[in-house]
Amino acid sequence: MKFERKDILGIKDLSVDEINLILETAGSFLEVSTRKIKKVPTLRGKTVINLFYEASTRTRTSFEIAGKRLSADTINISSSTSSVMKGETLIDTARNLEAMNPDVIVIRHSAAGAPHLLASLVKQSIINAGDGAHEHPSQALLDMMTIKERKGNFPGLKVAIIGDIEHSRVVRSNIYGLSKMGATVVVAGPATMLPRDIEQMGVKVFDKMEDAITDADVVMMLRIQLERQKQNIFPSLREYSQRYCLNRNNIKLAKKDVIVMHPGPINRGVELSPDIADDPSFSVILDQVNKGVAVRMALLYLLTGGSE
Amino acid sequence: MSNTKSTKTVMDKEGIERCLTRIAYEILEKNKGMENLVLVGIRTGGVYLAERLQKKMSEIEHGKIPMGILDVTLYRDDISVSNKKPRLGETKINFSLDEKIVILVDDVLFTGRTIRAAMDALIDFGRPRMIQLAVLIDRGHRELPIRADFVGKNLPSSLWEAVRVDLVEKNGVDEVVIEEGT
Repeated sequence: MKFERKDILGIKDLSVDEINLILETAGSFLEVSTRKIKKVPTLRGKTVINLFYEASTRTRTSFEIAGKRLSADTINISSSTSSVMKGETLIDTARNLEAMNPDVIVIRHSAAGAPHLLASLVKQSIINAGDGAHEHPSQALLDMMTIKERKGNFPGLKVAIIGDIEHSRVVRSNIYGLSKMGATVVVAGPATMLPRDIEQMGVKVFDKMEDAITDADVVMMLRIQLERQKQNIFPSLREYSQRYCLNRNNIKLAKKDVIVMHPGPINRGVELSPDIADDPSFSVILDQVNKGVAVRMALLYLLTGGSE
Repeated sequence: MSNTKSTKTVMDKEGIERCLTRIAYEILEKNKGMENLVLVGIRTGGVYLAERLQKKMSEIEHGKIPMGILDVTLYRDDISVSNKKPRLGETKINFSLDEKIVILVDDVLFTGRTIRAAMDALIDFGRPRMIQLAVLIDRGHRELPIRADFVGKNLPSSLWEAVRVDLVEKNGVDEVVIEEGT
């Protein structure tokens, strides 16, 4: 099949064939990062702008490395050091960037839908690197790639996602993607962190983490966003970790060959006990990061066409 | 089968086998054995031919010659002008190319652009002492100053013809055919 899209805005609108093509392409890109010269000339003369309105280490670095390994010129703009501080609107920033003729704009923004707005305004390809609590497609793709590599295929798999479901864009993208690919997704978290309409996305909801992770093939722990404690959605970190921290004891409920994932950054001892996070027989967290570069190379490769 | 294109078989199973056997001997003769030799097949047709050459040469010399797989997509010169995104295959070269004599293997040598891309890719993997080219069919029409060191068959062709190499591993049959009017 041919990849015809201009933008990657979310997993929701990708087809199974498109997801498979991205994962397969990413699989071929893994090898490039193992070479002595980790660079191929494919995107020579192309420009990729990373426009980040929110803090990020992994995603921004990963997109930058992906672009560089493909020989694209990559430019990073973070809101704290740009005209955003002077009050420029997203639309004005976009129009100005467009005038400089980049080929791809990677955007992270705290407002859901910001990448979609951008995509409708400019002719360049837009990649959503996280918009509010909406979607984070490249993260879900690298998660799916990691799962596929470890577990072979998706049908029949039980994936448990634990934590702050409400505020997580990673969850939404993963639910869309994993369900499309045939896996069963269950979620668990405190009632204040479960969106009311979550069942409509086709997932089973549990109050207790133990019920969700029983017989799971994959357990995905979400970062508890400490900055949200001010909003009184959970009483204390201590209480949260007593009920929703994955540790040596409760992991026994899952399948023997369970893999543990986390989109990072980890709050050690809050949602994930350090002995699980650092145990390579369970944890595939660093593997996820490694796959991230390959997935983003695949996205850049598939999106950048030639002149028409 | 209804096929409006006229096709002509120019080489059959035995013909391909004989060509590969001869090329295997020629490679060994020219390089005086298989010391420092490695084979690299270009995806996809070249991979199967490289595997067959590997088998033949290993039998002749009673040893094993390393073989790698190269996908040249990322090095193609039309990648930034064409809107078609070719499916990217995996490259697998699990050995160093430094100081090696690399035998690059492909099915059809045509414009030479694939070989140019392949050589650029190989040099990113190390510094081979020498790169030699083995192809089953040389159909002419070069657009770059490139030639093969080992050729199965020279097949003068017109530009409006297509030369197709079918291999058991790929299409279930060994044959080389010319298709007209493609």
